Amino acid sequence: MDGFIHQIVSGIASGGIYASVALALVMIYQATHHVNFAQGEMAMFSTYIALTLIQAGVPYWAAFCITVPVSFVIGALIQRVVMEPLAKAPVLASVGVFIGLLLTFNSVAGWIFTYTLKPFPSPFGEGKPLFGGFVSRHELGSTAVTLVVLLSIWAFFRFTKLGLAMRAAAYNPVSSRLVGVPVNKMLALGWGLAASIGAIAGMMVAPVIFLDPNMMAGVLLYAFAGALLGGITNPLGAVVGGFIVGIIENLGGAYVVGTELKLTTALFIIVVVLTVKPAGLFGKTLVSRV
Amino acid sequence: MLLEVKSLHGAYGESKVLHGLDFVVEEGGVTTLLGANGAGKTTTLRAISGMIRTQGEILFAGRPIQGMATEAIAALGIAHVPDGRGTFMELTVEENLRLGSYTRNDKAGVATDLARMFDLFPRLNERLHQQAGTLSGGEQQMLAIARAMLLRPKLLLLDEPSFGLAPLIVREIFEILGRIVKESGLSILVVEQNASLALAIADRAYLLETGRFVMSGAAEDIRKDETLRRSYLGY
Repeated sequence: MDGFIHQIVSGIASGGIYASVALALVMIYQATHHVNFAQGEMAMFSTYIALTLIQAGVPYWAAFCITVPVSFVIGALIQRVVMEPLAKAPVLASVGVFIGLLLTFNSVAGWIFTYTLKPFPSPFGEGKPLFGGFVSRHELGSTAVTLVVLLSIWAFFRFTKLGLAMRAAAYNPVSSRLVGVPVNKMLALGWGLAASIGAIAGMMVAPVIFLDPNMMAGVLLYAFAGALLGGITNPLGAVVGGFIVGIIENLGGAYVVGTELKLTTALFIIVVVLTVKPAGLFGKTLVSRV
Repeated sequence: MLLEVKSLHGAYGESKVLHGLDFVVEEGGVTTLLGANGAGKTTTLRAISGMIRTQGEILFAGRPIQGMATEAIAALGIAHVPDGRGTFMELTVEENLRLGSYTRNDKAGVATDLARMFDLFPRLNERLHQQAGTLSGGEQQMLAIARAMLLRPKLLLLDEPSFGLAPLIVREIFEILGRIVKESGLSILVVEQNASLALAIADRAYLLETGRFVMSGAAEDIRKDETLRRSYLGY
């Protein structure tokens, strides 16, 4: 029983990471109708930036606070320089560019930082597990950080003028321009935000799975499964989906398929969702009258 | 002169749609562009809003606006209700209206204007928290006009406000438009297939045929001239 509870708790912790990356995926998807395959590699690269800063003697939270805006700028620049010229290009061009970005970030990271696994510090300390041994300090801390990030993003989109304008630009760029919303800037902001969320997810997951250029490959797959499960058109659904996938993955790994085959649960979820309920659990089927 | 358009040429890719239009919109009052499907009415409005590339000259309050980004033109005070109404289907009615005032920072002014819109279109107030995509066509047209008015525009471009709506609703909407013009001194450039409707509220009319003007004049004169109406406007 204790083991079971522990699996659920760590499922929630890794689910938070998947939820963050799933949210980043959905944000880009809503604006461009493409899945950014490079989202994970961008997060990995940001994590290396943080590690470089920490190794240079910058305190953890200072490095954290530098990495997030730097990632924001990288994300926004990618939109401006790489994606914007492709705004009217066919789907395959964008997919090609996403894969190109994935390979570029992966190779550049390998070139600069090498492919060896590197430990990444946790800001929450090693200490004893809390609450009768069920939760490690890092699990608790990273879940808290994730929840703060998700809540702030939700509040930003729900309550601010800029958040509303970003949603509008994603849903209906033509009308947005007509009311004066600079759509291209909103897209760049969206990419920046997604990159920042990814960076935080990367920094939170790296202490658990160690940092190497391929660190985010599995995470991206789980996050994608989470986004599909919750509904790729629904940010809140994607977040819930991310948490569910985290729990399923941990329980499945512990009791059903074993650790080696854990990643297949993600593929299994993707296949099941796409065959049974392609819109996902909370994917809105848009109601409209003409 | 609020809007001056000189020898405007426009094309979608290879196919030319506008062949040198000259027209003006005076300050205050309603100007209408009439014409059949495919005459270039919508394209003319899109050209003004910078949604397509054009040659010629477009002056808004004496200032050339050609080549400017659509959002910058909107910020100058040109609101555009596009064909199909441009509703943000996924957002609520309230969010649609908030987007209308995106370019403004005067909260008090926005609140006053919003109250005025609820006065004119009480149904929007009733459906404030509803997803805009669930509104009827007429309600969406009202929402589109209210959204455009919240920009506090100097010039309002309306693309076929009667399109796809029941005659009763159309009459209601045009009656409200007439009230807005009278009260606010706003200039409206309205594009319509339904000539009798548009001529009833317009001061000046231009008749467009395949990208060229074939006639222009005071709306009243055209309304009264039966031969003109029969041969060009079909009513």
